[in-house]
Amino acid sequence: MEGEFRQARWAAGRDILEPTLFELSHGDGYYRFRVEPELLEELGVDSPEELVPENLMRRDLRLPSLAAPEVARHFSRLAEMNYGVDSGSYWLGSCTMKYNPKLHERLAALPQVTRLHPYQPEETVQGALQIMFELAEMLAKLTGLPHYTLQPAAGAHGEFTGALMIRAYHEDRGESQRDEMLIPVSAHGSNFASAAMAGFKVVKIPSDERGRVDMAALREAVGERTAGMMLTNPNTLGLFETEILDIADLVHGAGGLIYYDGANLNAILGRVLLSDMGVDVAHLNLHKTFSAPHGSGGPGAGAVGVVDGLKDFLPVPLVRRGENGYYLDYSVPKTIGRVRAFYGNFGVVVKAWAYLKRLGSEGVRAVSGAAVLNANYVLSKVRRLRGVSIQYGAEDPCKHEFVISLKTLRRETGVRALDIAKRLLDLGVHPPTMYFPLIVEEALMIEPTESDSKRELDRYVAALERALREAYEDPDILKTAPRSTAVGRLDEVLAARKPILSWRMYERLQEQA
Amino acid sequence: MRGKDSGGREAVRPVTGLIPNWDEETIEEMLGEMGVGSVEELFRDVPELALLRESPDIGEGGDEVSVEAEAEKILGRNLGAWNLKCFMGGGSWDHYVPALVDEVSGKQEFYTAYTPYQPEISQGSLQALFEYQSLICELTGMEAANSSLYDWSTALGEAARMALRVTRRRVLVVPRSAHPERLEVLRTYVGPHAEIREINFDRSRGTVPLDRIEEAVDEDTAMVYLEYPNFFGVAEEPVEGAADAVHRAGGLMVVGVDPSALGVLRAPGEMGADIVVGEGQPLGLYMSYGGPYLGIFATRAEPRLIRQLPGRVIGMTRTADGRRGYVMTLQTREQHIRQERATSNITTNEALMAIRAAVYLALLGPSGMRTLGEKILANSHYLQRRISEIPGLSAPRFDSFHFKEFLVSAESVDWRAAVRRLVERGILIGPWVGRWFPELGDSVLIATTERHSKADLDALVAALGEVK
Repeated sequence: MEGEFRQARWAAGRDILEPTLFELSHGDGYYRFRVEPELLEELGVDSPEELVPENLMRRDLRLPSLAAPEVARHFSRLAEMNYGVDSGSYWLGSCTMKYNPKLHERLAALPQVTRLHPYQPEETVQGALQIMFELAEMLAKLTGLPHYTLQPAAGAHGEFTGALMIRAYHEDRGESQRDEMLIPVSAHGSNFASAAMAGFKVVKIPSDERGRVDMAALREAVGERTAGMMLTNPNTLGLFETEILDIADLVHGAGGLIYYDGANLNAILGRVLLSDMGVDVAHLNLHKTFSAPHGSGGPGAGAVGVVDGLKDFLPVPLVRRGENGYYLDYSVPKTIGRVRAFYGNFGVVVKAWAYLKRLGSEGVRAVSGAAVLNANYVLSKVRRLRGVSIQYGAEDPCKHEFVISLKTLRRETGVRALDIAKRLLDLGVHPPTMYFPLIVEEALMIEPTESDSKRELDRYVAALERALREAYEDPDILKTAPRSTAVGRLDEVLAARKPILSWRMYERLQEQA
Repeated sequence: MRGKDSGGREAVRPVTGLIPNWDEETIEEMLGEMGVGSVEELFRDVPELALLRESPDIGEGGDEVSVEAEAEKILGRNLGAWNLKCFMGGGSWDHYVPALVDEVSGKQEFYTAYTPYQPEISQGSLQALFEYQSLICELTGMEAANSSLYDWSTALGEAARMALRVTRRRVLVVPRSAHPERLEVLRTYVGPHAEIREINFDRSRGTVPLDRIEEAVDEDTAMVYLEYPNFFGVAEEPVEGAADAVHRAGGLMVVGVDPSALGVLRAPGEMGADIVVGEGQPLGLYMSYGGPYLGIFATRAEPRLIRQLPGRVIGMTRTADGRRGYVMTLQTREQHIRQERATSNITTNEALMAIRAAVYLALLGPSGMRTLGEKILANSHYLQRRISEIPGLSAPRFDSFHFKEFLVSAESVDWRAAVRRLVERGILIGPWVGRWFPELGDSVLIATTERHSKADLDALVAALGEVK
């Protein structure tokens, strides 16, 4: 690991990197919209204020006041203190931080995408409906699930949608006693929360010593109250659930349905159909697998696909193709209703459509091939490093990601996974996901994606190797890391104990002090 | 892959320029170092029954040139606000988006980053989101905000769930004058365990009378919800009275806002709101056929409220050596820690849209937000007057103060046909509200924004006169 990384560190003062907008504020406003005087004349008023009833009039608006160049510089400085996929490697396990092709950004910014009102007559939005229809069709082919809704705005929103459909399905069959959702302990936290939001009691299924669903425990858990099982495959350890067909048989045999969390679809894209694994309903993350950017946290889009038996429960409306073109169909007989207004994050849908058009059949398989190849390549190097162990599935190939345990390192040096992650920041790469899944001690979850070249893979491994070596030789470097980022370690306990969630709350605390 | 090469392996071609290692030579080199025979071998743990020999057929891939051409051809079939004058409302509006907003949200450091799990290297997005929260608090008159939900409708769904948790009650009092799709989402979000009491609006004023709210509120009421302005563009005047009533009964007041009104209309925080939800789309976001949008969610700073917030929340804190910094905070509410006991399942949110809103509000400042509201008001009131002068049309249908949108009614007009005839004249209006309100079958929604000049308004009036 050669060279040195240093993030921009603006410093307006000793203790402040970049002042807030409120501190930069001066004057009483620079930006103005011009009200045409003729309008006021016609209305017979001197000022538009006179149009507002006295009891509804705004008296006081304490927004900061800045001129345009100041706003531009402020946000540029903030951007320089942030790290994106285009900055460098971003191996955040479970997040699929692949490159976001720029063509897709350009397409999504076209006025033919951005300046469409959701209630325009259908004949004026045929292009938009066609993009939605074609994306749903391609997703159906890639997953074997024939029916899709693009309404959910994110993965967890898709989980909620799917869980509601499972509930509606059982109620429709007169089996509303099915109130239990089975979820592996290693699952994403949102699975538990989504199931609970949809009114299910969560039953946790342990992992076996191979890191897979414990089949004996599953046999024990299924029964008359089983509504379904939510799982992701490959699972959060990056391991394929080898007993998937038996799992599906068990759950189906008990009268339950299989929900598939698409967070890890990148590993099997073009290689496994979800329907062949017995999946009844699934969400796909258009912002992970299908290349739309993560936007510092969002927007995403969670397409939800289902088998024939569940199509009558999909949210409304659905995009369909008829004799006179594409249209929105509100006549879904047993629909769960709406999960959001309008039709979903269309701007994100366009990006996923462009991605699949670009890849084609051959390309999707190259994605999963390269993602799995890269992960196994890195695993083969990292597993040999001192302090690293593989807690589950050490004999198996991983899929698109893998999880290492640093419990040995911690025992031998006192250095934690957190410290290694912070040191990686100094070495110029974004650290892996930490402390997840919960069943692995001192976990680092590593997902290189298909976007990193071999040189970048080697560079990241070298950074990790260096950090681990330092743990044995000079652990203080790690415990005081990072030093090359805009700030050092932050006091998260203080943030939670005395929450300051707005400038108003900050000012009030200052007044009290 | 189409077939295999002589060695029993998949044939490999660099397909897209997006995948740097996908060429024979690199794959060989990597496999060699790993001591693995083929890429297929890495899939040996997938049951034979489930493993595809070939990729499903989604068509052949294209290069950038051809994909762009195909997209432009398909999207070219759309008409919209770039070539028609858009006077549509109902939860999405053709507001002006300042160029600086696009510029900032187009910075890769913001749009390609993930949720700021590593705060030291993510101070940029964290501070921008903290500023978003702070600006929303100023605009709404609240004290704490989260860093975004999906949209107004899901923010309402989350507010209702939060009100049920905080009060441990089960009745939600909602107005029929709210956006119908939002109420549908609310029903989906709370499920069968809550009782929804829908209050009708006054047929002449288009707003919910205070006495009906007072009648509906009792000791089981978790929340009263009002929109400000409501679906018909009317600022619900009884917000303060409703807040008093629900507070006396021990429930929460939830107010839904269109933030473009808040430069000229009183902040809901001043009128007794406990939770403010709303649609951030007017704050520098495009209509985008319905998304991505921005769910606003703000509360008062009471611990019982902020400990129950849904979604990501950014807090200010310090480093060990006393520097100011920002982190995601109150995470013990969230799904990755609390699992099935989390306050919400939300993970991915609309952070980039929140950053856009922060840039928008920072750029406009107090003078921008005030003149935005003033221009919309002047446009809207001028339009109301001129349309009402057209024989056979009545505007606004309701006898109340309207902000940027209002109902136009006509006894003899089939609005579904008229909307289409107006498209031919280069104008978009709507939606027709009869699709949700049978008793308003004679009415269509018309909205104006700061994009419209007097000439645009006059053109609309002239066209309405022709198609009615």
